[in-house]
Amino acid sequence: MESLQGNWRNSRVRTSTPSWRRFKDRIAFSLGFLCVTLAMIPLASILFEVVRNGATALSVQFLTGTPALVTLPTGNAALAGGIAVSIEGTLVLMGLTAVIAVPIGLLAGVYLAEFGDNRFGRSIRFLNDVLSEFPSIVIGILVYSILVVGLRVGFSAFAGGVALSIIMLPIVTRTTEESIKLVPRSVRDAAMALGIRKWRATISVVLSTARSGVVTGALLSIARISGESAPLLLTIGTSSYFFSGLNQQVDALPVRIFLLSSENYVSGAQQQGWGAALILIVLVLCLNLAVRIATRGKYGAVRSRI
Amino acid sequence: MGIPRFSILATTEEAAPAKRAEDKVSDTFFQKLKGFSSDDLFEFLATSIGSLVLVILIVTSVVLTRGSLAVFGKFGFGFLTGTDWNTSLGSESYGALPYILGTLVTAGIAISVGILISLGIAIFLSEMAPSFLRSPLSQVIELLAAVPSVIYGFWGLFVFRFWVRDYLETPLSTYLGWIPAFHGTATGYDILTAGLVLSIMIIPTVSSVSKETMMAVPSSQREAAYSIGATRWEVVKLGVLRYGRSGIFGAAILGLGRAVGETMAVTMVIGGTPGPYVLPTSLLKGGVTLSSLIATEFGDATGLHLSALFGLGIVLFLFALVINIFARLMVWRVFKVTGGIVE
Repeated sequence: MESLQGNWRNSRVRTSTPSWRRFKDRIAFSLGFLCVTLAMIPLASILFEVVRNGATALSVQFLTGTPALVTLPTGNAALAGGIAVSIEGTLVLMGLTAVIAVPIGLLAGVYLAEFGDNRFGRSIRFLNDVLSEFPSIVIGILVYSILVVGLRVGFSAFAGGVALSIIMLPIVTRTTEESIKLVPRSVRDAAMALGIRKWRATISVVLSTARSGVVTGALLSIARISGESAPLLLTIGTSSYFFSGLNQQVDALPVRIFLLSSENYVSGAQQQGWGAALILIVLVLCLNLAVRIATRGKYGAVRSRI
Repeated sequence: MGIPRFSILATTEEAAPAKRAEDKVSDTFFQKLKGFSSDDLFEFLATSIGSLVLVILIVTSVVLTRGSLAVFGKFGFGFLTGTDWNTSLGSESYGALPYILGTLVTAGIAISVGILISLGIAIFLSEMAPSFLRSPLSQVIELLAAVPSVIYGFWGLFVFRFWVRDYLETPLSTYLGWIPAFHGTATGYDILTAGLVLSIMIIPTVSSVSKETMMAVPSSQREAAYSIGATRWEVVKLGVLRYGRSGIFGAAILGLGRAVGETMAVTMVIGGTPGPYVLPTSLLKGGVTLSSLIATEFGDATGLHLSALFGLGIVLFLFALVINIFARLMVWRVFKVTGGIVE
């Protein structure tokens, strides 16, 4: 196609193309370019504003302190202190989610790739795709009913981790499946020719060949769920104390940002919100960029599933 | 002598198949038991874990149905068409219509703005851009999807809202205020802003799925168009868009699904309080969507109020289910066709 475009540009066909058709082509090109630019404006503005406003909030106290309300000389209350509790909560939730969702998603991906070529497997793949686009707040309601109230776990880090795992599971499943499908048949055949069992071949040969694709998928989906807040609103409660157990309430950066935005009449809340947003976006984008740069040009099929 | 032998033969012949069948049954049973290898265990384990998705969806629908029984029992279908939202005990009354419509209107704005921009991006990146720009530009667009929704909300509330108010809503309400859809004062804290923030958020999904669809269009389609002297735009129009239209349509529906389910960003910029007043009669007034109402009120709801929120949840669940199933079917159809299986 590349060469065809080149031919069209340089050949005599161009001169014989009526000018209004060339004009329409130019217009289409410019409109396409305009669309790309339009889509980049919000991204640029978000990054710019978050960095500009967030940087003013950053301080050692902000990064290591617990939330506190102080009284200003004017008599009004103001938010001071830091968001270390929320940072810690987000990291705990990310870790917990990874521990729950990655093994399950891995196995489910193996199922789809190795045994999923039948009617049931196809329906599972379909439902998996449907679940991956599901409103996250509905998953919050699910976990609230089953865990928080049903099994009386209460608002807790555990409930939040389970909710995030349900969101992450379908993504890890699909990225694992796509990575396994990239493993050449010959590798599989060679393993089977050694006479080892299929599960052994799958785990130690196929999965380890697909390893970097699987890891890419897992990291990108962790990055994605680390910014989730809707299901956490219904499952983790809030906390101004450091992590003290999986059955205790925790705080998370996204939830904190939301709460700060709704308290923006309190002085200092908006600034703290920008600061928290800066930390969250640095966390998410660093994870994303690192993975994308490390796997540049590879695993397109894996990445397009996120 | 011949007769007994014959009879014996007959009995053995009659008994033999039965015995063999019995043997076979016990044989395979024992064989199965003995030969239940680690591979079978592995397959069983993988299959049951794989089926977890099915379990999750079933449990979700059961939980939502059970939770909303009370509110549907009390108001019946009226819950879906009612507009009241009174949470004070004794005079409780719940109707979901304003929020159902709020969800549909915001998602509608999102998809009608989002599809135009996304389609432009997809066409530009898959058919027109110089090849050295394609990969970096799509990477940047993909980054839009990485920004957490709460940050979209925060940015929407403190930055984007004022752009919408000053450059879009003020002219709209000044010059087109006589149209009911643009009644109201420009505050930027309303349905239009929520819809526009959503449209930004769905761009990466819609554009990448439509780009994938376009790239899956066989190059013979393009070559055929080029060979009759078409320009690049004509190639896109004749060869690519027409061929991949059901996939592009699917991508749009997928974006609609995202917009319907999105919670945080909408909650932060839509700025309405529940009640009959938030019926979305104008784009320039505050609204409430299904998900934003669940997010804001779930924390302190009990009894019938909680049940009403479950009722909103089940409406949202059904919306998402129908939209996503439909979208996936559309997208899958394209990939099946280009896989050479159909046609």
